[in-house]
Amino acid sequence: MIHLTPWDLVIASGLIITLAVTSMLLQLNISRQLLIAATRNVIQLLLIGYILNLIFSSNNLFFLGSIAMIMLVVAGFEINARQKYPLKRWVGFKIGTSALFLSSFAMALITLMVIVAPTPWYSPQYAIPLLGMLLGNTMNGISLGMDKLNQSVYQQRLIIEQRLMLGQDYHEVIREIRAESIRTGMIPIINSMAIAGLVSLPGMMTGQILSGTPPVEAVKYQILIFFLIAAGTGFGIMLAVTMIARRLFDDRQRLTLELLGIKR
Amino acid sequence: MVDLTVKHLNLSTISTNLSQSFDFLVPAGVCMGVSGPSGIGKSVLLKAMADMLPHQGEIYLGDIESRSIPAPDWRRQVALLPAESQWWYDTVGEHFQHYDENLFSQLGFHKDVMNWQISHLSSGEKQRLACIRVLMNQPKALLLDEPTANLDKSNRNLLESIIMDYQSKHQIPILWISHDSEQLATISQQLLLLEKGHYDIRQTGEYL
Repeated sequence: MIHLTPWDLVIASGLIITLAVTSMLLQLNISRQLLIAATRNVIQLLLIGYILNLIFSSNNLFFLGSIAMIMLVVAGFEINARQKYPLKRWVGFKIGTSALFLSSFAMALITLMVIVAPTPWYSPQYAIPLLGMLLGNTMNGISLGMDKLNQSVYQQRLIIEQRLMLGQDYHEVIREIRAESIRTGMIPIINSMAIAGLVSLPGMMTGQILSGTPPVEAVKYQILIFFLIAAGTGFGIMLAVTMIARRLFDDRQRLTLELLGIKR
Repeated sequence: MVDLTVKHLNLSTISTNLSQSFDFLVPAGVCMGVSGPSGIGKSVLLKAMADMLPHQGEIYLGDIESRSIPAPDWRRQVALLPAESQWWYDTVGEHFQHYDENLFSQLGFHKDVMNWQISHLSSGEKQRLACIRVLMNQPKALLLDEPTANLDKSNRNLLESIIMDYQSKHQIPILWISHDSEQLATISQQLLLLEKGHYDIRQTGEYL
């Protein structure tokens, strides 16, 4: 395997800076976010690189659990970070994090204890990358689904009220919006499963191949990961969207947008 | 044939204009006109009576209190027709369970209306269809929020007559918001005059 030198990364970062300057000249209003994201990327990844070194050598369940919790909390915050009509901070965090936790951790545990089953089952070399991929993708899906749900409810609030007025049950009123939101959250993973191998080589598989794993072995892992992500994302979105949809109505089935920080 | 009764209804948490407590009764078969300056809370009152807004106090249809039955059941029986109707599917027909020859033809529609595109409807057509949609739920009381505000004279007459028809057939209580005293004189027997902080109930004949 060919090792990268710092200079190699400097050249790559030149590309990002060029992109930022170009977007600034075009007044796209995105340069700042781009640079912040890129900087965070470098710091976070270097940090996790060193931490992983530590964890891998320790093989300690408590240490692993703490890292997993930190990953979960950060992902929980990020879900609500870029919403157009964000939920109230605490509610959004609670719903997002619990949906993430239930789906991602369930998938990770099934994989670690039944499918891959390393010894010990919490072997960090497997647990951390697996959980990371699951959390990252599920977070993405939940975030997209929530954004769609909140936006649709806000934009269609008059229609929702009209349907309630006509005596429709809130389940029926919200059904199409809920389905549409779940669909929106699942499109990315369905797309990437569908084109995998034809248009793009998935990241994890690429990484394994680059580091010398035989392609078919890498492919098997990649398929496993795809299935886990799809299941985790799907169930996670369903959970989150259902939890929010229920809380958008009060005990007498009236639409309340207070959850979105909007007064009646 | 049941009365619509309001007891200690208070909506001051929703509108500062509505500090009064409402206690009134719309007897079966009676249409009570609601009038008052705009922004005084007429729509809020009707919306609350359909249990679409949180409120204190009780609303009875006969001897059934609104909170004693599921909200959708209440709203089908105490039906609110807003000034502007909302439509969510592409065609008219998708908004109806079935076609009711009687109602549709009385309001000037043929069966092919079910295939019409919502986006092509005029405001008059929308309002007449919204009225049919409400009546098809077989409501036991009607709350009408300026149902004819956007209609021309012929559409207005059509709508008035179909509502009056339904009322005389089922002897339901009606609350009808209108700014038009001529209309109030034709359709209502009693009037609820809403003002900031208080309200009055009069016989239409004596007042107008």
